[in-house]
Amino acid sequence: MEKFITLNGLVAPLDRPNVDTDAIIPKQFLKSIKRSGFGPNLFDEWRYLDHGEPGMDNSKRPLNPDFVLNQKRYQGAQVLLGRDNFGCGSSREHAPWALEDYGFRCVIAPSFADIFYNNCFKNGILPIVLDAAIVEQLFQETDASEGYSLDIDLSEQKVTTPAGESFAFEVDEFRKYCLLNGLDDIGLTLQRVDDIKAYEQKRKAEAPWLF
Amino acid sequence: MTGKTLYDKLWDAHVVSQSDDGSSLIYIDRQLVHEVTSPQAFEGLRLANRKPWRADANLATPDHNVPTTGQAAGVEGIVDLVSRLQVQTLDSNCDDFGITEFKMNDPRQGIVHVVGPEQGATLPGMTVVCGDSHTSTHGALGALAHGIGTSEVEHVLATQCLIQKKSKNMLIKVNGKVGPGVDAKDIVLAIIGKTGTAGGTGYAIEFAGEAITDLSIEGRMTVCNMAIEAGARAGMVAVDDKTIEYVKGRPYAPAADQWDAALANWADLHSDADAEFDAVIELNAAAIQPQVTWGTSPEMVLAVGDKVPNPADEADAVKRTGMEKALAYMGLAANTPINEIAVDKVFIGSCTNSRIEDMRAAAVVAKGRKVADNVKLALVVPGSGLVKQQAEAEGLDKIFIEAGFEWREPGCSMCLAMNADRLEPQERCASTSNRNFEGRQGQGGRTHLVGPAMAAAAAVAGHFTDVRELD
Repeated sequence: MEKFITLNGLVAPLDRPNVDTDAIIPKQFLKSIKRSGFGPNLFDEWRYLDHGEPGMDNSKRPLNPDFVLNQKRYQGAQVLLGRDNFGCGSSREHAPWALEDYGFRCVIAPSFADIFYNNCFKNGILPIVLDAAIVEQLFQETDASEGYSLDIDLSEQKVTTPAGESFAFEVDEFRKYCLLNGLDDIGLTLQRVDDIKAYEQKRKAEAPWLF
Repeated sequence: MTGKTLYDKLWDAHVVSQSDDGSSLIYIDRQLVHEVTSPQAFEGLRLANRKPWRADANLATPDHNVPTTGQAAGVEGIVDLVSRLQVQTLDSNCDDFGITEFKMNDPRQGIVHVVGPEQGATLPGMTVVCGDSHTSTHGALGALAHGIGTSEVEHVLATQCLIQKKSKNMLIKVNGKVGPGVDAKDIVLAIIGKTGTAGGTGYAIEFAGEAITDLSIEGRMTVCNMAIEAGARAGMVAVDDKTIEYVKGRPYAPAADQWDAALANWADLHSDADAEFDAVIELNAAAIQPQVTWGTSPEMVLAVGDKVPNPADEADAVKRTGMEKALAYMGLAANTPINEIAVDKVFIGSCTNSRIEDMRAAAVVAKGRKVADNVKLALVVPGSGLVKQQAEAEGLDKIFIEAGFEWREPGCSMCLAMNADRLEPQERCASTSNRNFEGRQGQGGRTHLVGPAMAAAAAVAGHFTDVRELD
């Protein structure tokens, strides 16, 4: 997993609540047995005017000029600004895979669905919860100034606007540690083999039908 | 000292170790595996040269991609080569890593969330995970069950554990009895209408109250299944006699010599009388009417006798825009009576409503009636090969076929349209599934969520109608 320490990234606004993982990456692309290559199909049904299927040459497909990520000013965006309940729905990790493959490293929203939020951390993406009023301010500032970018500092846990205004955010210590260091948490858990074995022994005595 | 909630008890029984940072290592008793969210996890194991910690704690079956016709041909019969490769990959991964799989052609194959309880592979007191958000279903048995992403599927395969932070406790109490013709789906849709799709975010929900305990285990599964649609990863119901009766004798249930010990262990799987919840929501069961969703989020739901809402009446700007977008997508005008909305297709199935009880409820409505002429397709997809066998033994297949429904083979089917069963753009569907998101049942497709009897009623009427008033 790629480390996340600091980021200065162009911001793209996605102004709708309840953006679900079906919208982030539609089901037909879930048939892949790989972890990469989902970026061209991120938000496929909103982004293109035709119906997308795996194996198509996406560079030849007609783009929806009304979709925000197709606007020239947002090309290269690394920070996605969203509304409430971002990432709701299916547990598909293909959603953060697609966001990461497209180039996003950070999503800012007033709230996230639990599974999506958790999946982001496993893939080097930092999801940041900020108050709805602050998110609204960021939407307005993004809209008002082309090239609007945010400074994000994970170790300091703060987002800073181009005008120098800073907003603090919360993040679990363990998730922060893994993201800062790009750590594979399976490796960390396997350092606790003795604990797991001891638990199994105790549990086997209490509830043998589980083994 | 205050008592513990059911969730507290399930959590405490599975803590392997706790860290100073507030996270815990939680032991997982059962992982269910399907073809869509597992290939990258198995690949991860291979790349790191790891083996499953306990292969026998996993149970696999293909469900999302399988066609609902011609399953006798097995995996070779999947016409879509990309889908076929994904199912073949599951087959070979399970073979290579020694994981039990109910392959296509096995009568036990079906939707993971139907198969697990049906086999007794998910039990009271267990922690259950699967790379699928509807894993909350298994909480109906008094288990702690939730969906996870593929990285966590790999983590569980490799370590039998997950690193977690405990959720908060929410109690949703549905007081009193529902009226006739109101089912588990109506109850859970009414709950989501009240909580909103993010109301349960950060919580584990316990469903309680007379209307919940009155439900069969199948009905409780329908309710817990959609906990995730209220934002909660896990939903659960306390163990009672119905739970025990349901589990007894199933293939993976505790053997006779362990049964009494299991019963003693499960007797404590309820919230203590003095347990405290972080949030409590109460509903009056008698007020719940048959529900129909009108928009593109499960919280956009109304009683069948209501009218499509008018965004102009919504004060909150973000919500108003969301409503306008939803109505435009759904092709609906504000103030349209729900029971005047005509449907093009009907889907009865999915992990929410494809158990034998759902088949029976739909068949009662279909019996002696005909699918309306304007309905292009009315699909009934049983949740597993065993549900299909049972339904056929009861003659339900004949009732459906005579009424003009198609009787299909088990799988996720048109709930998410990864196989050939899908909506075409602008087609409108009465669906017993769980999500009415844009494009969920096919690009441009318009989904209205309902219970199985209401879906069958829409099929025979050609539009939504109150199943209680059907001629």
